[in-house]
Amino acid sequence: MKLAVCIYEGPYNHEAADSAYNFIQAAIQKGHEIKGIFFYHDGVYNVTKLMEPPQDDRHIANRWSAIGASGIDIVVCIAAAKRRGIVDEVLVPNVRISGLGQLTMMAIEADRLVVFGD
Amino acid sequence: MAEEVKKIMFTVRKAPHGSIYVYEGLEVKLIMAAYDADISVVFMDDGVFAVKQGQDTKPLGIKGFEATYGALVDYEITKVFVDRQSMEERGMTEEDLLVIGEDEDTEEPIKPQVVGSDEIAAMMAEQHNILSF
Repeated sequence: MKLAVCIYEGPYNHEAADSAYNFIQAAIQKGHEIKGIFFYHDGVYNVTKLMEPPQDDRHIANRWSAIGASGIDIVVCIAAAKRRGIVDEVLVPNVRISGLGQLTMMAIEADRLVVFGD
Repeated sequence: MAEEVKKIMFTVRKAPHGSIYVYEGLEVKLIMAAYDADISVVFMDDGVFAVKQGQDTKPLGIKGFEATYGALVDYEITKVFVDRQSMEERGMTEEDLLVIGEDEDTEEPIKPQVVGSDEIAAMMAEQHNILSF
């Protein structure tokens, strides 16, 4: 199945980012195709390289970057990002900023759009 | 290969103020309406307050977005529904609903359509995607 994932919540504050990550890992293992990952609302905070969690904790931004490095398109909403001070300079590698049109295309092209939010 | 037009439904379930979900969700609707998709919007639970007319956001110090909801028809978003039960539970009547545009021919004001949960369930079953805000 072709899946797209949209994440509404920021890292650490809410489980949505972890649930989405685990879902994506499981989906890939089962042989599903991830058409894209889209960050919206406070979700845009997931991919800033400025985060520096304690060493014994998971590094959420680096985790997303690794998924991006595997070739999955990871998009941060530009409107949501600008509101929250997330710009190209603070992004981890393998993630890009673009518009809601990208979410639209994911919604249209994927068999399922799975949203993780509050 | 001719692609079928995908049906995308937005459910608005949170209160319009107090968090940004509904406002940013409105931005998604306006963008997606510009694409080749069959868009519908359903207001339910606390989301029904988003289509209550006469919202005054000045004391909150925010711009508010009632005017944009009042122009949904201009964005070619015409399938707009409100869950009857959610509305009644919150003491709202059809008269409280804001106008979302006017009929092109008759210039009659258009309001969201009040429907029951069984109708909403039937519409949901037909969707390709449902996005909730």
